Amino acid sequence: MSSAPTADKGFNPKQVFADKLRTIAPLLTLVALVVFFSSTTTTFATMDNAVNIIRQMSITGIIAVGLTFVILTAEIDLSVAAVANAVGITVAYFTLQPDYVNIANIPLNGWIAIVLTLLSALAFGLITAFGMTKIGIPSFIMTLAIMQIANGVSALLVRGQIAYIYPDFITTLGSKTAFQIPLGVDEAGKALFIPVGWTIIVCLLFFIVGHFVLTYTRFGRYVYMVGGNREAAEFSGVNVKLIIGSVMVISALCSGIAGMLGVAYFGSAQQNQFDTYLLDAIAAVVVGGTSLFGGKGGIGNTIIGLLVLGVVNNGLDHIQMDSFQKILIRGLILLAALVINVYVEKFRERV
Amino acid sequence: MIQPLADATQDTINGEQSPLIELTDVSKSFGGVVALEHVDFSVRPGEIHGLVGENGAGKSTLMKIIAGVHASYEGEMRVEGKPVQFRSARDAIAAGIGMVHQELSVVPDLTVAENVFLGVQPVKAGGIIDWSGMKSQARGLIASLGLDLDPNTRVGSLPVGVQQLIELSRVLFSGARTIILDEPTSALSPPEVARLFVALRKLRAEGKGLIFISHFLDDVLEISDRVTVFRNSRRVATEPRASLDKDKIIGHMIGRGSAEMHMGETATLNARRDEPALLTARDIADGRSLNGVSVELKRGEITGMYGFMGSGLVEFARALFGRHGFTRGDITLEGKPAHFRSTAAARKAGLAFVPENRGMMLFRTEPVYKNVSIAMLDRIHKLLLKPQEERAVAKHHIKDLQIRPPLTDIPLGSLSGGNQQKVALAKWLTNMPKILILSEPTRGMDVGAKEDVIRIIKTLRDKGVSILVLSTEPETILTLADKIYVLKRGVVVSEMNAGTVTKSDLLAAA
Repeated sequence: MSSAPTADKGFNPKQVFADKLRTIAPLLTLVALVVFFSSTTTTFATMDNAVNIIRQMSITGIIAVGLTFVILTAEIDLSVAAVANAVGITVAYFTLQPDYVNIANIPLNGWIAIVLTLLSALAFGLITAFGMTKIGIPSFIMTLAIMQIANGVSALLVRGQIAYIYPDFITTLGSKTAFQIPLGVDEAGKALFIPVGWTIIVCLLFFIVGHFVLTYTRFGRYVYMVGGNREAAEFSGVNVKLIIGSVMVISALCSGIAGMLGVAYFGSAQQNQFDTYLLDAIAAVVVGGTSLFGGKGGIGNTIIGLLVLGVVNNGLDHIQMDSFQKILIRGLILLAALVINVYVEKFRERV
Repeated sequence: MIQPLADATQDTINGEQSPLIELTDVSKSFGGVVALEHVDFSVRPGEIHGLVGENGAGKSTLMKIIAGVHASYEGEMRVEGKPVQFRSARDAIAAGIGMVHQELSVVPDLTVAENVFLGVQPVKAGGIIDWSGMKSQARGLIASLGLDLDPNTRVGSLPVGVQQLIELSRVLFSGARTIILDEPTSALSPPEVARLFVALRKLRAEGKGLIFISHFLDDVLEISDRVTVFRNSRRVATEPRASLDKDKIIGHMIGRGSAEMHMGETATLNARRDEPALLTARDIADGRSLNGVSVELKRGEITGMYGFMGSGLVEFARALFGRHGFTRGDITLEGKPAHFRSTAAARKAGLAFVPENRGMMLFRTEPVYKNVSIAMLDRIHKLLLKPQEERAVAKHHIKDLQIRPPLTDIPLGSLSGGNQQKVALAKWLTNMPKILILSEPTRGMDVGAKEDVIRIIKTLRDKGVSILVLSTEPETILTLADKIYVLKRGVVVSEMNAGTVTKSDLLAAA
């Protein structure tokens, strides 16, 4: 008796499709890239290379999990790579280095070193959270400052030197093999294996926990709501500042752990070694379809984005081409993926 | 292109001045909805013409036609005797019509001189801005409005009343001979109103024509030479100031004595006087919009708060809910201090708030059930979400509030406005609040949805919830309230507890 005439339209299939398009579009991009590289090269489509791609992306993946939380609230964290670098260097700083490494460091027991290093990551996150929620500095500027500070910490700790030794646990997680996939035997009768590194396992663990928190917990729901309509979240009695602060801390912790595993993965801890990870992590999240305007997307999207990025980075190495062109082509592919993302956003708003 | 201020158009034909603006038999409708019906209206040189009427009576449509915003309408408009047909606001400005909007369009970070000449800076050869010329001209223009100001002052640092005069000087500078002022006194303190009136009288003496739109009838009566009243898209009266008083104007506005009495015209109040207060706000002030507001909210009672736009209703509702800081006064809830630092704290204490704009409250792209459950998540979940339980709760409220369509999983944005408002209410009913604050709960709704919402609010009252309804629509207040506060310029000017209250009582008080 009382509803307006326009209200009685039911389920709108077009709208549902538009929502799914956010995931479908990057998935199609991924399939297209895989088909392209598989058909143009013989070395790309191998089991060995598939594991390789995943291994190459696993450190970025850990960073991207934290960044997904941040971007879902419509904020940004530009300090992820710098924090990863500083934290990676910190864990080496607390570990006894060989004589020829000329760093005035503080060697500690491995586990104490790890705990202290995690606290340093936490500190970066808390400072960012404080600056944003208590002082009111926009995330773009706040994390830009933290990026510079973290780079400064890195520079002061190593002073141009390179450290090589980390706590055993970190070395294992960052560089050792967890298990091997048997691939049968070759002609000579020797067994063939593909090694799967611990970094992949850790990254998968982060995916699972991240997805679980975002999808099945109250905190996760608040993250989506704050990103979807911050004012509405506030008027619904959600503590918006607490949520924003929390995602910045989560991002710093993810970056920190990625940094620790990263230095072990690289085999050395030095300045500027994570520089490409900032753009890769942001690109992975956004290319995967998580909206930069917040509220839409998730870990599933980030995984697709990471794979798109991994396939592009890796696939271009299998093509015979000028290596200087690759950088440009990589940029163009990312731009195309972002254009698709924005069009999906607009299409979704129209229906 | 500078128009000297004294350039009054004083055409006299047979001893009578031809009007600056003259509209004859003007009608306008928007897609079948009539906004103006056969309206005649005129402004003479050297006249201040007051324009009053309730929201939606047709005042702003008329002004938009005069200012060239609405290009298509029926009827004829003449400016200084010549028939015109404006195609855009630019045409109207070129014809000497200027408008000062309620929301000022000064740029706070620029100086007085820059604001006066915004977009039309005088330039010297080579396109270089003539700063010294600009400053001296600006000083002269402002001085002619009775202001002695350094043109280098940053506008944002000046009081609102002065900012308004700067905007007025900009309109004058553009060569306006007819000036429309939309609610110019709503944000001003009494001395600022006095200063504005001095400036307006000066302009009148120079032969300008002024249209003074206002809800503040005292201000209209003080400054106007003639007053026109609108009601339901029609001009119901145009009379000289001398033959009018406040009661007569209100009578014209609401059509007293006619057969048009319907829902919300009167109310019989029934405040629960012996009951102790649940929430008490004392002397809340923020130094800008609120100047000492005191109210008492009681269990099982709907408290209405009426005021015009800009009276402080919006700010007061937010101050209670921990969203608007205040510098003076205190709030107590059940005897304990309740100065909430965040909306989360207010929610935990048992307050609920539905703001006037649904967009501020709801998540358009999220399904209905998530919109309903957001305020109750911490009650039904410790750590993990239980979507099935959320859907069950949502389903219950969808049925209870007759939300259409009765589906939990469609995006909220696909519901009609009235149904969205019900979802906004349902959100707070999942977790029965002690105090429910509703800002404009029925604005922009069709009649059916309105009745539903009113019924829901009254049911909640009967269940013992203390409800505060804030509205600029007298009908909403009169339909719902057991007790009424009238807010004016950030102060409670009237408190009504018992007896019969009519719409004209409210309009007269505000």
